[in-house]
Amino acid sequence: MSKLLKITDIKVHFPIGKAGFFGRPAGYVRAVDGVSFEIQRGETLGLVGESGSGKTTLGRAVLRAIEPTGGQIVYEHDGTSVDIMALDRKGLRAMWRHMQMIFQDPYSSLNPRMTVRDVIGEPLIANKLAKGSALSDRVVDMAQRCGLDVEHLGRFPHAFSGGQRQRIAIARALILHPEFIVCDEAVSALDVSIQAQILNLLADLQVQLNLTYLFIAHDLAAVAYACDRVAVMYLGQIAEIAPTEKLYYTPKHPYTEALMSAIPEADPSRVMQPVFLTGERPSPTNPPDGCRFQTRCRYATDACRTSIPKLREHATGHWVACHHAEELTLKGALEHGVAARPAHLDSPTIQAGT
Amino acid sequence: MTAPVQAISLRKGRLKRPEMATQWQLMWWKFKKHHMALVGMSLLAAFVFSAVFAEFLSPAVPSERNNSYLASGPMGIHFFDAEWDFHARPFVYARTTKRDPVTLRKLSVVDESNHWPIEFFVRGSTYKFWGLFETDIHLFGAKGGFIHLFGTDTLGRDVFTRTLHATRVSLSVGLAGVSFAFILGAIIGGIAGYFGGMIDNAIMRLIEFIRSVPSLPLWLALSAALPREWSSFQVYLAITVILALIGWTHLARTVRSKLLALREEDFTLAARLSGCTDMRIILRHLLPAFMSYMIVDVTIAFPEILLAETSLSFLGLGLREPVESWGVLLYAAQNVRSIAHMPWLLIPGLFVVFAVLAFNFVGDGMRDAADPYSK
Repeated sequence: MSKLLKITDIKVHFPIGKAGFFGRPAGYVRAVDGVSFEIQRGETLGLVGESGSGKTTLGRAVLRAIEPTGGQIVYEHDGTSVDIMALDRKGLRAMWRHMQMIFQDPYSSLNPRMTVRDVIGEPLIANKLAKGSALSDRVVDMAQRCGLDVEHLGRFPHAFSGGQRQRIAIARALILHPEFIVCDEAVSALDVSIQAQILNLLADLQVQLNLTYLFIAHDLAAVAYACDRVAVMYLGQIAEIAPTEKLYYTPKHPYTEALMSAIPEADPSRVMQPVFLTGERPSPTNPPDGCRFQTRCRYATDACRTSIPKLREHATGHWVACHHAEELTLKGALEHGVAARPAHLDSPTIQAGT
Repeated sequence: MTAPVQAISLRKGRLKRPEMATQWQLMWWKFKKHHMALVGMSLLAAFVFSAVFAEFLSPAVPSERNNSYLASGPMGIHFFDAEWDFHARPFVYARTTKRDPVTLRKLSVVDESNHWPIEFFVRGSTYKFWGLFETDIHLFGAKGGFIHLFGTDTLGRDVFTRTLHATRVSLSVGLAGVSFAFILGAIIGGIAGYFGGMIDNAIMRLIEFIRSVPSLPLWLALSAALPREWSSFQVYLAITVILALIGWTHLARTVRSKLLALREEDFTLAARLSGCTDMRIILRHLLPAFMSYMIVDVTIAFPEILLAETSLSFLGLGLREPVESWGVLLYAAQNVRSIAHMPWLLIPGLFVVFAVLAFNFVGDGMRDAADPYSK
C-alpha cells in the first residue's frame, strides 16, 4: 500500500468574543490542535471521539473546506506530491475532483430545490466534465451503483427517506470518480438497519472504485465493522492510532480504554462495568497543561501534569500519546463485562439488556 | 415529510405526484390551505383588474364635470321601482336640478317617476385606452342621463371613475417603489451577507441609522425638496424613489440574514466541494433558497409603501392633481365640512384599507407557504 495523504501538525483555531468594534479576539477555540497522521491508499481510517473532540473540524480541514490555521497537508496524486495548503482557489477546486465528502445529515446536505438528477450531476456540470447524454449516462450509472431507482431521478429530495438520501449524497460524492472520501458521520443519522446497508454500500464501492475513506464516527461498533485502522481523538488531539483489532482489544491509552469499556454487549447474562470518567471534559478554549487527558485520567502522575506526551510509535503501526503506555495494562473491548451471578436480581449494578 | 402532502392530494381526489412536485407547486398547495390568503389574493386580483382596465370600467373620464350633479351623493342601483314593480334591467332614478329657496344652492333632486336604465357597452366620453387607441365605449352607463355610483365631488367629477383611475396610480407607485426597494435591498443586503466582516458591520449600522430616523418627517422633507415646477410625472417618479429609499432597509436585512444562514448549510459546502464557482453557488443554490422569503417580504413591504404614498399625498406633499391616487382623492376629504356634507369622498379610503388588508393576508399565507420543506 502506498501513502495517499500525509497530514502534519494541522491546527484549526476559531477566534471567539471580539472585544469592541475593532478589537482582537478574546481567545481561541482550539478545535484541532496539532494533529498528524497518514492515510494509505485503499484503506479506511476511522476517526472516533466524543462530541466536541474536533472530529468533524479535522475532517473538513483535511479537505480545506475549513481553512486550517496551520500545518501541512500533502496529497499524493498521479505520482506527484501536491501541497494542498499552498493551492490557490482554482487549484483547490481542481483537487476537490479527487477529494470528496459525505455529510452526516442527508436532510441538509441535499439542496431541496434540485431534482436528484441535478444533485448527482452537478459536480460534472460545475467542472464542465460532461453534458447532454454523456452527463445523463454517468448520472444513471452512478445512481445504479449506489442502489437508487433510475425512475426516481426526477424526484426531489423531500420524497426520499434518510437512507435513500444518503445514497444520493454518496452518488454525488462519487460521480467525479474521486480517490479520497471523508465520510463525516455518514451513518450516524440513520436507523441501525439502514446503517448496515450504507456501510456495505460504502465497502462495495471502495472495492469497485478503489476508494480511500476517512471514516468519522462516534459509533464504535460501526467503526469496528468498517475500518482498517482507527484514530482516537480527544480535545483536538490524537490520543491513539492503531489497526482496528489492536486498538479495540489492546488499547494503550487510558482514554481509549474508557471508550472501549462503554461498548454495550449484546449478552444479557453479562454485567457491564464501564470505566467511569470523573469530571467534565475541559474546554478546548483553555486546555489543561501537560497531557490533555490528565484531568480525568485515573493513572495520571506528576509527569502527565507537566509535560505533553508526544504521539509515538509504541509498536509497529500502533501510535499512542501517553507517557505510561508501556507500564499500564489496560482492558480492551468486551473485557469489561463479567458473567452475572445466578442470583443476579440482588445486584444493584446496571445490567446490559435492562 | 411527505405524509401531509400526500394527504392533501388524496383528499382532493385527483392524482398528484408530491414526490415530483417542484418547490413552487408545494408552496401553492400549502398556500391554498390558507383561506384568508385566498380571499386576499382574489381581492388583489380584482384591484389589479380594475387598475388595468380603469378607463373601460368607469362610466366617465376622470376630469369630466357634471354641472347638474355637483357634490351629490352616490346613486343607488335599483331593480324595483317605487311601486315595487320588478325591472329586469337595473336602473337609477332620474335626477333634476332645483335651487334651494333659502341658500340659492343648486340641489339635485331624485325624480322617482323617471328611470335611467343601465346599459352595457355604451358610448360615452372619448378616451385613449392605455394611451394607444381612441374609443368611447364604456362598460356601463345610464341611458338618458348619468350614473355616479360613488357620488361626485364639489366640481362634479365622478368619484367612482376617479377611484378606479387612482387604483392604477396607487398600485403602480407601490409596485415601482417595492421593485426599486427590492433591487436596492437585494444588492446591498447581498454585499453585506456575502462579504461579511467590516463591510457587513458598516452596512448594518447604516441601516440602523436610516431606520431610526422618523419616516414621516423624512418623507416630508424629501418631498418638500422637490421643485414645484416639476411635471406631475416627474413628481410621481421622485415619490417612488423616495419611498424606496426608506423601504429597502428591511429587505436588505432579510437578504443578509438568509445569506449568512445559507452559507453555513451543508449543501452549500457540498456545492463548493463539487467545484461550483461562487457565482454558481449564489445563483443556483442560495438565490432559489431565499427567493420565496424575498417574495413574502415584498408582499409585506407593499402596504407600507402604499400607506406612505397615501399619507404623503393626503398631506399635499406627494402626488398632486391632475394625477389621481387614493391619497390625492382623500386630500379632498380633509376638512370637517366635506366629511359632514360629502362622506362619500372617503370611499377611496376604504380601498386603501382593503388593499392593505389583502396584502397582509396574502403575505401571511405566503409566509406559511414560503418553506414547504419545514414541518
